[in-house]
Amino acid sequence: MNLTLKIWRQKDRNTTGEFVTCQARNILPDMSFLEMLDVVNEDLTRSGHEPFAFDSDCREGICGTCSLVINGIPHGGQKGATACQLHMRHFRDGQTITVEPWRAKSFPVLRDLVVDRSAFDHIIASGGFVSVNTGGAPDGNALPVGKVDADQAMDAAACIGCGACVAACKNASAMLFVAAKVAHLGLLPQGQSERYQRVVKMVNMMDQEGFGACTATGSCEAVCPKEISLDFIAQLNRDYLVGCLKP
Amino acid sequence: MNPLAFLFRTSLGKKYLMALTGFGLFAFVVVHMVGNLQFFLGREAINRYAYFLHSVPELLWGARIGLLVMVGLHVWTAIQLSAENRAARPIGYKRKKALGSSYASRTMLMSGLIIGCFVIYHLLHFTVQVPEVNFTGKDFHDLVDAEKHHDVYQMMVTGFLQPWVTLFYIVGVGLLCLHLSHGVSSLFQSLGLRTGKYTPLLKSFGFWMSWVLVIGYWSIPISVVLGLKK
Amino acid sequence: MNLDAKIPSGPLDKKWEKCLLEMKLVNPANKRKFEVIVVGTGLAGASAAATMAELGYGVKSFCFQDSPRRAHSIAAQGGINAAKNYQNDGDSIHRLFYDTIKGGDYRAREANVYRLAQTSVKIIDQCVAQGVPFAREYGGLLANRSFGGAQVSRTFYARGQTGQQLLIGAYQALERQIGLGNIRMFPRTEMLDLVLVNGHAKGIVVRDLVTGEISSHSADAVILATGGYGNVFYLSTNAVGCNVTAIWRAYKRGAFMANPCYTQIHPTCIPVSGDHQSKLTLMSESLRNDGRVWVPKVKGDKRSAHQIPENERDYFLERKYPSYGNLAPRDISSRAAKEACDDGRGVGPGGLGVYLDFADAIKRLGADKIRERYDNLFVMYETITGENAFEVPMRIYPAVHYTMGGLWVDYHLMSNIPGLFVLGEANFSDHGANRLGASALMQGLADGYFVAPYTVGNYFATNSVPRPSTNHAEFKKIEAEIHHRTQNLLSINGKRTPTSFHRELGKLMWENCGMARTDESLRINLKKIPELREEFWRDVTVTGANNSLNQALEQAGRVADFLEFGELTSRDALERKESCGGHFRTEFQTAEGEALRDDENFAHVAAWEFQGEGKTPLLHKEPLVFEELKMSQRSYK
Repeated sequence: MNLTLKIWRQKDRNTTGEFVTCQARNILPDMSFLEMLDVVNEDLTRSGHEPFAFDSDCREGICGTCSLVINGIPHGGQKGATACQLHMRHFRDGQTITVEPWRAKSFPVLRDLVVDRSAFDHIIASGGFVSVNTGGAPDGNALPVGKVDADQAMDAAACIGCGACVAACKNASAMLFVAAKVAHLGLLPQGQSERYQRVVKMVNMMDQEGFGACTATGSCEAVCPKEISLDFIAQLNRDYLVGCLKP
Repeated sequence: MNPLAFLFRTSLGKKYLMALTGFGLFAFVVVHMVGNLQFFLGREAINRYAYFLHSVPELLWGARIGLLVMVGLHVWTAIQLSAENRAARPIGYKRKKALGSSYASRTMLMSGLIIGCFVIYHLLHFTVQVPEVNFTGKDFHDLVDAEKHHDVYQMMVTGFLQPWVTLFYIVGVGLLCLHLSHGVSSLFQSLGLRTGKYTPLLKSFGFWMSWVLVIGYWSIPISVVLGLKK
Repeated sequence: MNLDAKIPSGPLDKKWEKCLLEMKLVNPANKRKFEVIVVGTGLAGASAAATMAELGYGVKSFCFQDSPRRAHSIAAQGGINAAKNYQNDGDSIHRLFYDTIKGGDYRAREANVYRLAQTSVKIIDQCVAQGVPFAREYGGLLANRSFGGAQVSRTFYARGQTGQQLLIGAYQALERQIGLGNIRMFPRTEMLDLVLVNGHAKGIVVRDLVTGEISSHSADAVILATGGYGNVFYLSTNAVGCNVTAIWRAYKRGAFMANPCYTQIHPTCIPVSGDHQSKLTLMSESLRNDGRVWVPKVKGDKRSAHQIPENERDYFLERKYPSYGNLAPRDISSRAAKEACDDGRGVGPGGLGVYLDFADAIKRLGADKIRERYDNLFVMYETITGENAFEVPMRIYPAVHYTMGGLWVDYHLMSNIPGLFVLGEANFSDHGANRLGASALMQGLADGYFVAPYTVGNYFATNSVPRPSTNHAEFKKIEAEIHHRTQNLLSINGKRTPTSFHRELGKLMWENCGMARTDESLRINLKKIPELREEFWRDVTVTGANNSLNQALEQAGRVADFLEFGELTSRDALERKESCGGHFRTEFQTAEGEALRDDENFAHVAAWEFQGEGKTPLLHKEPLVFEELKMSQRSYK
C-alpha cells in the first residue's frame, strides 16, 4: 500500500518546526508503524535527504521509548498497545496519516518526533522509591503481601513511563504516571514508611516540572498501553490529602 | 508547608478546593430544585416557602455569603488551573482525537463560564428582580398574593412566558447538568473517594443526579410554556 | 600470557567468603574521593551505580537511551532464579549451581557460578525490600514457577514482566541516588571509547547524542554494563539500540574478548515476515507445553495448514526426540526447525517458519482452557501477525536471543585491563556456552548489587594510580580520533544506507555463524565480512551533521563496530572445533545429532587480544578446571 504522511519536522529544541508531507511507498500490511517509518527513512537517506528522527528501542511494547501521536491519538489508538505494536494492516491504502511528537511544555521536542521526557525521571528521583540500601534486606517472605494487594500493585507498576498519558491529556497532566508509582509503592507493605512523604514530594515535583492538573477526563487511561486505571489517581488524591494534613 | 496553604498553592490543593466548593454548590443546586418543585404544589406552597426563606435574614445572608464565597473559590481555582493547564501545552496538536473522555469532561471551563453568565442573569431576573431584564414590561416587585406576600408563583409563570428567557433558562440549566454530569463523579475522584468498587457507584450517581436535576429544573418552565400551570 | 582468574583457593562454598575477607577496604571518609564511571543502566549497571553511590563513592552513570529506565533488561519476560527452596522441593545453592554449569555445557567457571547461586538468595530479598511486586500466593508468600533446565520450582516472577519490574527497582534506587546528588546521570550519551592512563582504565570519551558534543570523563575506575551483542545478527530479540560498541572499543584498547561465538538462539519467536523486519519478538517457551511442532512432509507444499492431512505432517520433534518431544531444549529445538526449513519444508512467507499447532490441545482441553493459559501470548501473536492462533496454527522460528560471550573478566569481574570492570551480559563469566532461562536477570543483579561494589572498592584500596584530568594527553588524543572517525563517516557520501550494511552482515552471520556452523561457512564469513567492511567505509551514506541529534550517525558507528566484531565471532567459532551449548559445529555431533564436546582440547575460555587494525587477533586460553563437578554429556533423548 501507499500512504501520505504529514510529519513534524523540527531541527532542534530552539527552532520552530513545521509539518512536511512525504510519501510512504510499497508498505506491507505486516509492517509495524515504526517499520513503515524505517522504510520512509531508508528512501529519504538513499535520495540524500535526512531521515525523520524518532525514538524507539525494544519494539515489543515494553521499554516505553516510542512516542508518536498518530492521527491525533498517542500510540495510534490500538487498545493496550504502543506505536511499535501498531501494524499497518490497520490503515487503508491511500490514507493520509498525521504523525506528531508528544506535545507538552515538560516534554520539549529535541528533534522531529523525539522529545525529552527527563521530567519523568526527576519525578521518580524526588521520591518514587523505597529508601533501602543494598544489603541488609530481610528475607523475601518475612513480610507477607496478600495476593490481591500484590496484584493491584503490579497493575500499577506495569507503567512503562512512555508519557502517552501526558500526550493525550488536554491539560498535559502527568497524574496517571505519578499515580501509578504512588499506588505501586503505596499498596505494598515495603512502601508504607514513606508513603505520605513520597506522594507529597512527587506531586510537588510534578507541579514544578510544569505538568497540568487532572480533570479526570479519562483520556490517559484510554491511550495507556498498559491500561493503567484512573482509580490510581483517586488513590493518589487521597494519599496526598492525608500527606498534607498529617500533623 | 502550612496545612492550609497547600490548598491554594499546589495543583492538587486547588483540585480539592474545586471539589469541595463544587460539592457545596451541587448540594445547593439540589436543595434549590427541591424548593422550586413546590411550584407544583400550588401558589400558596411556594409563596410560603419563599416567605419562610426570607423570614430570617441572618440565615438568608449567611447562606448567600457562603454561596458567594464558594462560587468565588470555584471560579478562582478554575481560572488558575485552566491557566496552568494551558501553559502546560504551549504548542497544540494539528490533529487531535479525543479518546475515552466525555464531551462534558472536555468542556468544563466553557460550560462553567456560560453557567456563570446564566447565574448572573438568573439572579438579576428572579432574585434582585431588575425589571429591565424580565422583558415583560412588569416589575416583579409588584406581584403580591392574597396574604400580601411576594407572589413568587406568579413571578415564575410570568417570567417563563417570555420565550427567549425560557430558552436561556433551558440552555443554562442544561449546561449546568452537563457540567455536573462530569463534575459530581469527578469531585469524588479529586477527593480520593472514587476507587475500587465505589467507582461505578459514584459514576452512576453523577450521571443520574444530573438527569434528575435537568428534569426537575426543566419541568417548571416547560409546564408554564405548555400552559399546564397558570 | 597467563590469564589469571584470581579464583580464591579453598572449598567452593567458602571461596567468595574468603575473597571478601581478603579484600582491602576503603575508609568510609575516603570513599567520596573515588569516582567510578558506570556505562549502561540495565540491571547490572543501574544496580552497580546505585549501590556504589550508597556506599559513598562518586558515580557518573551513562546510557544512550532517553532514560535509564529503558535499558533492554526491561524486556525479559520469564523470571529470575534463586535457590530459596521456598517450595520445599529440595532446591539448594548447590543444585542451582549444578543446573547452571550443566546447562552451560561445562564451559563456565565453577567458582563464578557458585557465587552466583549463593548470591541469588540475597537478590530476591533486596528486590522485595525495594517494592518489586513479585507474584504471591493467596497466603501472601512469594510464588514460584518452574523453568527450562531445572526440575525444581525456583523462578520468581512478576507477571510476564519480571525484567521490567526488577529494572524499575534498580532504576528507582538509581534515581534516589541521583536525587541525593550522589550520582550524576548522563542520558542520551553514548560511550565511544575507553581511555587508559598508565595501563589502567581511567575514563571514557562520550558523544552527547542531542548536541553531538564529544567530551571526556575521567574516573578512578570504569564499569561497563552495556549488554549483549545479539544485534550483530541484525535480527534478534534485542532492542534495536543494543550494540557492541562499548565493549568493542574496550577490546580495541586491550581488553580481551572471550567466547564471542556463544550465542543463544531461542526457538519460539514470531517468524520474519519480510525484509522490512527490524526485530524479532519472542514468545514464552511455555507455549511448547501444549503446542505441537510440525512441517509438511513434502518439500514446497503450498497448501494451507488445514488442507494438509494428518498423515502428510511431520511432527519432527516428536519423531526425533520421542521422550522430550516438543519440550526438547532450546538449542536442539531451534536446530531441528532450521533443518526442516533448510530442507525446503518451512511454512509461511519465505519458508522460514514451522507450525506450532494447538488444535489437539484445544480439542483435548477446550479453547477456554488454552485461552486461560496463554491468552496474552495469543493476543500478542495476533497483534503482530494478524492471525488468530485458535483458528490457524501459529508459525514460529528461532531467533538470536542472548549472547553468553563478552569481555573477559576475572573472579572480581575485572577485565585484564586494571580498573575496567565488566558486568552482566557484557561479560562472559557465568553462563558458559548456554544460558538457562531466568538466569540472565539473576546474573545482572548479582554482579551489580553484590559483587562489583566490593571488588571495585578493593581495586581502589590496592591501586594508587591517581585519577587523571580530562586534559591529559591521552584523552585529547582519543577525542581527536573520534572526531576524525565521525567526520570520516559523514563525508563518505556513498550510496548505501547503514541499515543495508547491517542487514547484509546479519544475513552472513545468521547463515554462516548462526544455529549451525561449519568450517566452510565460517571461512566464508572470514572472507566476506572484511569485504563488506571495506565496502562500508567506501560506500556508506550518513546524512546530517555531527552537531545535532543524528540517529543515522549513531547507527553507522554501531554498524561499523559490528562489521569488525562479526569477523572476530566467526573466527572464534572457527577456532572452537567442538560443539557445545549455543555453539553447534555440524562436523562435531554424535550419531544422534547432539552436540559433541571435546573436553580434552576445548575445556577453556577463548580470550582474544586485539593486535592492531588488519592483524589477526591473538588467542589466549584460560583452562576451565572442574573440581566439584564431572563433565558429562548432556542428553535429552
